[in-house]
Amino acid sequence: MTETAPENHVQFRFRDDAQVSDPAVTVDAFLGQTNAAAVRIEPGDDARQLLPHLDRIALVEVNFPAFTDGRGYSAARLLREEGYQGELRAVGDVLIDQLSHMKRCGFDAFAPDAPLNEEDAQAAFNRWPEVYQSAADDRQPIWALRHKG
Amino acid sequence: MYQYDQYDQAMVDARVAEFRDQCRRRLEGHLTEDQFKPLRLMNGLYLQLHAYMLRVAVPYGTLNSRQMHMLADIADKYDRGYGHFTTRQNIQYNWIKLEDAADILADLSKVEMHAIQTSGNCIRNISSDHFSGAAADEVIDPRPYAELMRQWSSFHPEFSYLPRKFKFCVIASEKDRAAMRLHDIGIRILKNEKGEVGARFHVGGGMGRTPMISPVIRDFVPVDQLITYAEACLRVYNRYGRRDNKYKARIKILVHELGKEEYTRQVEEEFQHLLDQGVEPPYAELERIKAYFADPAFEEGLSDDLDLSDPDFALWVKTNTNPHKQAGYVSAVISLKPVGGIPGDATAEQMHLIADLAKDYSFDELRVMHTQNIGLPHVKKADLYAIWQKLDAAGLGTANLDQIGDMIACPGLDYCSLANARSIPVAQKISQRFDKNGKSAALGELKLKISGCINACGHHHAGHIGILGVDRKGKENYQLSFGGSEGEDTSLAKITGPGFDEDGVVDAVDKATDVYLRERQDGERFLDTYRRIGMAPFKEALYD
Amino acid sequence: MKILTGNDLKSGAVVWWTGKGWSIHVDDAVDAGEEWETVLASEEAERRVNVPYAVEAEQRADGSIRPAHIKERIRALGPTVRADLTLKPNDPDAIAEVV
Ligand code: HEM
Ligand code: SF4
Repeated sequence: MTETAPENHVQFRFRDDAQVSDPAVTVDAFLGQTNAAAVRIEPGDDARQLLPHLDRIALVEVNFPAFTDGRGYSAARLLREEGYQGELRAVGDVLIDQLSHMKRCGFDAFAPDAPLNEEDAQAAFNRWPEVYQSAADDRQPIWALRHKG
Repeated sequence: MYQYDQYDQAMVDARVAEFRDQCRRRLEGHLTEDQFKPLRLMNGLYLQLHAYMLRVAVPYGTLNSRQMHMLADIADKYDRGYGHFTTRQNIQYNWIKLEDAADILADLSKVEMHAIQTSGNCIRNISSDHFSGAAADEVIDPRPYAELMRQWSSFHPEFSYLPRKFKFCVIASEKDRAAMRLHDIGIRILKNEKGEVGARFHVGGGMGRTPMISPVIRDFVPVDQLITYAEACLRVYNRYGRRDNKYKARIKILVHELGKEEYTRQVEEEFQHLLDQGVEPPYAELERIKAYFADPAFEEGLSDDLDLSDPDFALWVKTNTNPHKQAGYVSAVISLKPVGGIPGDATAEQMHLIADLAKDYSFDELRVMHTQNIGLPHVKKADLYAIWQKLDAAGLGTANLDQIGDMIACPGLDYCSLANARSIPVAQKISQRFDKNGKSAALGELKLKISGCINACGHHHAGHIGILGVDRKGKENYQLSFGGSEGEDTSLAKITGPGFDEDGVVDAVDKATDVYLRERQDGERFLDTYRRIGMAPFKEALYD
Repeated sequence: MKILTGNDLKSGAVVWWTGKGWSIHVDDAVDAGEEWETVLASEEAERRVNVPYAVEAEQRADGSIRPAHIKERIRALGPTVRADLTLKPNDPDAIAEVV
């Protein structure tokens, strides 16, 4: 295997299309050029700046330099709410216990800095039998199940 | 009161399983303490001075006898036979082992309880008026709205790693018994001119080192948009709240720095966007929840007469009951502030007794009050004497509600790793002093609140008299302040001047009450007199 | 002198470094020596203690050890408002010594 920066290692992916391998550029760089298809959001970036360009983006990486900084959850969910269909990849300090929330916010690829224990990760993805809120995934919230039909 | 259906139960059970797994990974070394800490905090588990501490949620302060019995059993089985009721209507256990934590959560889940989000940088247990559903002055019972929000905020995928903790309070009367405006978001449920129900949003209050009273950002959010509006408030906060400095990370700082107008503008913009996103539960869900909070089967046509020939009983009735919306009933308050006791502590036996009283006399309902007392919300006046006799025999009949002896005190340096000074001994000494000098009754309503450090868990900013423990060159020292209130006339207390040592602050409080007794006019409380005459006469008495 | 303290990972109990292991009795504490940071790092990595740190203390003539700060003295004994729950429930002077 060739040397790849650890953050490029996608450990979990919930998509059928081919993985995008374009290097992701910063939001500023992205806004300044027209041909990039992959962009990387840092915690302080405003994801709304990408909204006019969503149809030409194939990959958004959202960086979590520290797992305790939750801004990336809002960025991800907003992109999905605005109709972004491409890959949404969580990178950085991505740990077992945040996976299910990330997935609910619309992330469909995960590239943790340090590889995660597969079994623990699968348990985490499947943790919640139901969910209380509607979010960026297609799960029906409990209130919808209660009042179905 | 609310009861879990299979979904609620499944969620709590999943959480117990998750935490059991997290504890295992910590004990096996797969998680570092830095990684584990936010996870255990989100399950209410702190590491304190002597052991782990577990904070159990009592959503909007309501619980039944089965739950109270379980809290008592946990105190016996896993702790040292007691618990501490807090200003946020929770209970804390001080001697918990990490190895037992998941088992405790499993026990709690058997009675529809949990410790979910009782700490950590997430949406915390939602507090409410402790007389909800009983008070004569409420517009509507606020608890269904709080329950709707509890479910929305539980395991919220977007808001579990906020800049800082986030506290909601929901009330529904003009009188504020819950310090609503000192919460990150305070919601007052009310009716507009057309009689429609809605929510007034106060955003950006809090205590801590920078106390702030929250401004109103929206007068009336229609009730079928409540969750959507809350979501918008949180998203703007999550986006912009400061992450560079823990002491500036609360939403109060954001609202202050952006300005109320700009914050509101952003919330409204986000709200418009979210309205199309289907985040609001249907009205039927609120109706479903409301059905659980229907009035119990009150007896009609009861008399309001009461035999008050026993003077001790008469005194207790006068101080420790609150008017009820139903004729012939009252809400009664069990004081956890015996003279010289530890404010808010209750033994397992006391908890069992309180649970039995709820079962026998209060439609199986109890309330944990932010004043660290326990309420029996729906009591027949005819039963009061029997209740009082049982309480009195168990040392729970102290007649001091809202008086100086009913002070709030945080755990302070006896238990808390963040403390600068001890709070409990100061509370005990003041309580004993005023019991001895017999001034309590003459002083009437006087809310004294003590915190052991600037975090203000003991609400000292909101005390008519506030005491803050500080560390002065390695010695415990106490700053005194006057003029705070957490009622509908919310105000923040002002520091009197240089601090005192432990005995000095007790003397100072005594002197201050003399100034009040000398200066007061008809019907004035300590707070009113202070507001009228200002600090100067007090300073003179304290520092000359 | 400097002594090392932390909480036991499993029980949360307050513990003091004895040079070989951890004791709940502060009087068992030893001077941490020069290499104390290494000790803390390896003891924490082995999960024998949680969030350990060093504190100032003095050894008294009778050999007992008194941490310099009241917070550490309260940790060593227990809550000053519940003598029954401290490590010395039968010693009427224990609390006065702490404060
Ligand atoms: C013993 C363990 C406790 C710890 C470590 C702790 C920690 C804290 C901290 C750090 C803050 C400041 C938060 C900020 O300003 O950002 C705070 C605030 C607060 N805590 Fe505690 N606390 C503890 C116990 C309690 C207890 C026992 C109560 C109730 C009696 C309580 C109720 C509150 C309240 C009401 C506030 C202030 C309101 C606010 O600004 O959020 N806490 N606590
Ligand atoms: S005010 Fe300070 S000392 Fe008191 S409980 Fe809160 S953090 Fe601890």
